[in-house]
Amino acid sequence: MLELQHINKRIGDRQILKDLSLTIPDHAITVIVGPSGAGKTTLLRCISGLSALDSGKLLLDGEPFDPHQRPADRRAIGVVFQDFQLFPNLTVLGNITLAPTLALKLRPAEAEQKAQTLLEKLNISNLRQLYPYALSGGQKQRVALARALAMKPRLICYDEPTSALDSGLRGRVAALLLSLKAEGITQIVVTHDQDFAKTIADHMINVVPIAG
Amino acid sequence: MWHYILAILPALLSGVQVTLVLFLTTLLLALPLGILVSLGLTSRFRPLRASLKAYVWLMRGTPLLLQLIFVFYGLPIINIVFQRSDAAVVAFALNYAAYFAEIFRGGLQAVPQGQIESAQVLQLSYSQTIRKIVIPQVLKNVIPAIGNEVINLVKDSSLVYVIGIGDLLRAGNVATARDVTLIPLVLVAAIYLLLTGICTLGLRQLEKHYRAWH
Repeated sequence: MLELQHINKRIGDRQILKDLSLTIPDHAITVIVGPSGAGKTTLLRCISGLSALDSGKLLLDGEPFDPHQRPADRRAIGVVFQDFQLFPNLTVLGNITLAPTLALKLRPAEAEQKAQTLLEKLNISNLRQLYPYALSGGQKQRVALARALAMKPRLICYDEPTSALDSGLRGRVAALLLSLKAEGITQIVVTHDQDFAKTIADHMINVVPIAG
Repeated sequence: MWHYILAILPALLSGVQVTLVLFLTTLLLALPLGILVSLGLTSRFRPLRASLKAYVWLMRGTPLLLQLIFVFYGLPIINIVFQRSDAAVVAFALNYAAYFAEIFRGGLQAVPQGQIESAQVLQLSYSQTIRKIVIPQVLKNVIPAIGNEVINLVKDSSLVYVIGIGDLLRAGNVATARDVTLIPLVLVAAIYLLLTGICTLGLRQLEKHYRAWH
């Protein structure tokens, strides 16, 4: 369980998050929904440690959690970026095995084997030797997800998972997220897409831009 | 005429050797130095950034010919004495490192911030991120621009005549003045074309290698 307590965050002179408190329960999909400019991405950046909080705190399973200051805490959070940010200089397999071999110090053979399992689970094992430029948007998303899952995070964050894809693929993304939920993976999804949110959410949190 | 060409060829080839040694040592020193300077130019430590900017300004803002003269004839005034060939290497390496640094800086800025953040959430360290993610992408970005400078360097090396080094062009000049014919200089031109042609082919191969991932 991830708890956010009284989070405040300014960017420049604009207050983005104001005294925000919420709880992300385990093994469920929590959807944070709201129009652009409401601070959804900023919230994800705070949770994943990419941005510092101005005040407030994070608790993971009741323990203080500070992924911005303590790199070791980042282990708990996996992120699927809106534009995926796959590494263009590495193959699909290389993208997935890079962090497990460098950060978790797995032997290459072991990392490859685990990557292969993930690729099969996500139905993309035929792509393993391709470079990211050769993939479609939906394929890139699955690779980005496999790359995040390979680090065995406590929870996975998605920033606008439907925005870079054809609207016809929304249903497949929803099915993918629901299948991961069935395996007990905790997921946070940020989206402005109300319909998509309703399809997948166990908990919905509406955010609105702060006036002024 | 063939007889004449064969007669002057040994002198020209020993000039080629001087040119090639200068070319290769300059690259070997200037490329890594350029990478270091470019990292310094993007550093947050202001005094470092300012002094490296001044260095780049000086090197790019004055003629290389003048820099050669200052290194060989000027520095001895403050008791820094180089041999001719060392002076040439020092002047060329300092000058080309400045150009390379600017090219690498541009290449660094072209790597999206999102790539670095992506590496950060995957728990890669700073040095792992630089080595595995940033440098390969920078190299790919800068190969065409670096290639231009490499080809310039082949030709710029002829400036060393000013401090009395016997490179390819000087060997040709000597023969031309002695024998009152342009044939040696035509040969010199052909040899420069051959050298830059080889560089061009090598650079093409390198670009092709990086094209594997677009």
